[in-house]
Amino acid sequence: MTSNPLSRRTLLATGAAAGLVAALPLSAVALTEPRARDLIDKVVEDINRVINSSKSQSAMINEFERIFGRYADVNIIARSTLGADSRRASAAQMRTFTDAFEGYIARKYGKRFREFIGGMIEVKGVRQVKSWHEVRAQVVLRGSSPFEVLFLVSDRSGRDLFFDLVIEGVSLRLSERTEIGSMLDRNGGSIDGLINDLRRAG
Amino acid sequence: MALLLAFGLAACAKAPASHSPEEAYDPYEASNREVHALNQSLDRNLVRPAGKGYAAFMPDDIEDAIGRFAFNLSIPRSVVNNVLQGNMRGATEDSYRFLVNSTVGLLGLFDPATEMRMPEATDADFGQTLHVWGAREGAYIELPVIGPSNERDTFGIVVDLFTNPLSYLLDDPESYYGTVASVSSGLSNRGRYSDTIDSILYESADSYAQAKSLYTQNRRFEVKGGSAGALSDPYDAPFSNTLKDPYDE
Repeated sequence: MTSNPLSRRTLLATGAAAGLVAALPLSAVALTEPRARDLIDKVVEDINRVINSSKSQSAMINEFERIFGRYADVNIIARSTLGADSRRASAAQMRTFTDAFEGYIARKYGKRFREFIGGMIEVKGVRQVKSWHEVRAQVVLRGSSPFEVLFLVSDRSGRDLFFDLVIEGVSLRLSERTEIGSMLDRNGGSIDGLINDLRRAG
Repeated sequence: MALLLAFGLAACAKAPASHSPEEAYDPYEASNREVHALNQSLDRNLVRPAGKGYAAFMPDDIEDAIGRFAFNLSIPRSVVNNVLQGNMRGATEDSYRFLVNSTVGLLGLFDPATEMRMPEATDADFGQTLHVWGAREGAYIELPVIGPSNERDTFGIVVDLFTNPLSYLLDDPESYYGTVASVSSGLSNRGRYSDTIDSILYESADSYAQAKSLYTQNRRFEVKGGSAGALSDPYDAPFSNTLKDPYDE
């Protein structure tokens, strides 16, 4: 892979540029594999520091919320879990929903960091898939066989951020869309009711 | 058999065109929910306590060995399915794995094949074979005891009971060892992944919907031999009624 990086990169860049002109005339510079990988390197470095810091569970949840808020596109994840119902939400409701959603995700998944204590995440590779980049990381936990996590990275928000996590084909965004949909149903379709539930859930 | 297969392929319900391909097609939701309630009470009263007890009582090493033993016994089934899928390489690799683990690995209790860095097991089953042959996954079904499935996989499970060569080669009671080991390793997983399974069954807003979503996503990934499913770009989603950028607010 590294034997002839220059010509390969030139080729990739030319190909990408040609595709870009056709597909995204407004975007000036496309997300590249090294940039997507950089982002996830930082995420993984932060997560590794947290899971090996022997902090309390609530401190870990706070750390996780900070990492999620900083490197993930919480806006687009929240909006897409609300799906078509985001059309009838006011701007103010969307903002409160997004805030509540961020806290909910941090509590729900931050809790599980307990299982990661003493473990290690390592970035293994990156490739372009459709309109985004997929960064592959390996998670090694004590007492179980290693598994793979895919971070989906996009710059379509204007910044390089990840918008999904996929493990064994299971997408966090799609699973949470089901969950948010169920909460909305439980509240008879009321977005304010959903926001209240979300603040308590996770 | 051929007639049965033709029936199986044709019987999988077709989702209407308006149905989102990211979600499972679920026309039998009402009866599925009844089965789900049954499964949930079965889990709460029997499987969960038994799994936790089993995981607590059994040393981890022995649980692992039983899990490996059960998995090894499923390999001949994968070989048959690889052949049916025209995946001769997978069939050969799985055969070597079975051979090595059944001998050097003491009937599969150990896994020297992985330690020797042999290719990963394909874990092919008849549901996957049907996918390769072009069958639709059909409607979502929650089966009693077994849990989430769909029409294609349910049919696959039944066929796999008959295509495992071991069930023809072994006499009673040896032929039951595999079943006992599978049940044990199932209990062991229930105990070991207790937090994950509990969070789906008892902490989600709608455990039926969540189990359906997780099963469908994971199963689609598996039948495609572990390649990513048909995710769509959320930035393309027409969820905003205006074409205004959601970041402009």
